[in-house]
Amino acid sequence: MNRARRIRLQLFRGVTFVIMGAFFLVPIAGMFEFSTRGRGLNAPRTLEAWTSIVTYPDLVAAIVASLELALITSVGMLLLLVPTMIWVRLRLPELARTIEFICLLPLTIPAIVLVAGLVPIYKWIAINLVDSILTLAFAYLVLVLPYAYRTLYAGLSAIDVKTLSEAARSLGAGWPAVMWRIIVPNMSVALLNACLLSVAVVLGEYTIANLLNYVNVQVAIQLLGRANAGVSIAVAVASLLFAFLLLVVLSFVGRPRARVARAEG
Amino acid sequence: MAATSSPSATARSTRGGVEVRLEDLRRRYAGVTALDGLSLTLAPGELVALLGPSGCGKTTALRLVAGLEEADGGRVTIGGADVTRRPANKRDVGMVFQAYSLFPHMTAWENVAFGLQMRKVRPADRRRRAMETLELVGLQGFANRYAHQLSGGQQQRVALARALAIQPKVLLLDEPLSALDAKVRARLRDEIRRVQLEVGITALFVTHDQEEALAIADRVGVMRSGRLEQLGPPTTIYARPATPFVAEFVGLTNRLSGLVRDGSVEVRGTRLPLVQPDAPDGPAVALVRPEAVTLSRDGEAASGPLVGIVIATAFLGALSRVTVDLGDVTVLAQLPTSEAGAHAAGTRVRLALRPDPVLISRED
Repeated sequence: MNRARRIRLQLFRGVTFVIMGAFFLVPIAGMFEFSTRGRGLNAPRTLEAWTSIVTYPDLVAAIVASLELALITSVGMLLLLVPTMIWVRLRLPELARTIEFICLLPLTIPAIVLVAGLVPIYKWIAINLVDSILTLAFAYLVLVLPYAYRTLYAGLSAIDVKTLSEAARSLGAGWPAVMWRIIVPNMSVALLNACLLSVAVVLGEYTIANLLNYVNVQVAIQLLGRANAGVSIAVAVASLLFAFLLLVVLSFVGRPRARVARAEG
Repeated sequence: MAATSSPSATARSTRGGVEVRLEDLRRRYAGVTALDGLSLTLAPGELVALLGPSGCGKTTALRLVAGLEEADGGRVTIGGADVTRRPANKRDVGMVFQAYSLFPHMTAWENVAFGLQMRKVRPADRRRRAMETLELVGLQGFANRYAHQLSGGQQQRVALARALAIQPKVLLLDEPLSALDAKVRARLRDEIRRVQLEVGITALFVTHDQEEALAIADRVGVMRSGRLEQLGPPTTIYARPATPFVAEFVGLTNRLSGLVRDGSVEVRGTRLPLVQPDAPDGPAVALVRPEAVTLSRDGEAASGPLVGIVIATAFLGALSRVTVDLGDVTVLAQLPTSEAGAHAAGTRVRLALRPDPVLISRED
């Protein structure tokens, strides 16, 4: 590549980076600016909105509930999808298309339609079992399926599951050992990615919680926005920063190990 | 097991090998017969190579012994015990796969120790035995490397050590050299044979490479369409092929039409004895090895009865292969390179067929 072309390419990359960065950061900066305004026209900047987040018990409860939901959904997703996908790949490959179709289906169904189907179920659960916001985890499990499935599928495709499992079997490993000792450690990045995507989806979910009358963090932000816009925006910024932090972690953890030069032909 | 300074004491101290029997094994996949009543007995400590083209059932046979697939019929016994319905992890077999079978998240020694861990061997013994087995395959200095830090040949040697570390009753090798380049392949082939002899383990080696099979095995089984076409020592397989398929699959063969009469076949004026002298009279195709064809310059005193033009000479190292056009057919002759130099392309030569016993084919 000649020098002029390399400079042009670097310039293009730089400009793209600045434009995209501005696209995402300017609204967040605007939100931050709004959340730090003092009361009155010429009042100095204040972090009052940020520090007072903890003084809203409903908001704190919603944040805690959302984090719990994110955890339950992630764990549930892993327990449901990982063994299923490994088993289908190893023993029931003819079911692969069906499983993929089922997992991707929620992408095509609008949340409002999902809720229409979920309402009677949740009504029954609330009356007969338990009326807790944590029951939303079932709905969220469905919601995160497409994202988690694609991520785990990519992770599984990156390793030779069949050969590795057969090698482990021939060495005396039972199926649980094959799964947890051999396959799972080799798709740890995919597992982490699936978890982080699930967390991001759950923390950003509004429609289902609102329509089922549960207060998660997004619903709480919306409710608070009517009473105290500053705090509401501060929580929204914090939530975005948390998601951003998660993605940064993901990009670092997901970085492949550097290949070492081969020693022999 | 007593600790010893000998590097391969652990591996060497395994049993001297057990008998492995495959009895009337049958396997079908979606209407296609992969194994059609395969029977084979491996003597204790013997290395048998199953050789054949793709789809002949050799890998299926190996996988049935390993327990990675279930037989539709027949029996597998290892050391007298019927293991046909036993799961793979309870069969006590070590297996080396084609490639990419090392666990990527483990170092070489951890890979080797994995089977021992599954057998609940104490951590200290596990590490010691893993290191000893790595030493057996000459990789003691690579114990802490991951698979991606090893070459293809080194990876396969670790895979061999891993299979041997559990002291299996039988060693199964599923085309372990096919993903390697020629030089590494030849070196590792000898290495596998050395280790197998040193350990004294019964081994089943699957390959589609006839040179590999002939070089490594005590006996070679040539397979076709799910059955054993011929089983015997490499020299017999090569020199006395039982069927035209074996003759053509193992080594190069010239197909020369001739006439069978009184237990021999007459090919272009030369009478050649038959491997099966009771073959009925009539036209047939004689299968003649390139090394049974001798060349001389046209006009030399000891010249042969056939005349042709050399169209190509392939240098193979110590030997060369000369292709001669006889007008209606081309014939391959294999001769020392020192002699082949006299037969450049375009040279007129005389051919003679050495009267070795030949097989005939009536398929054409």
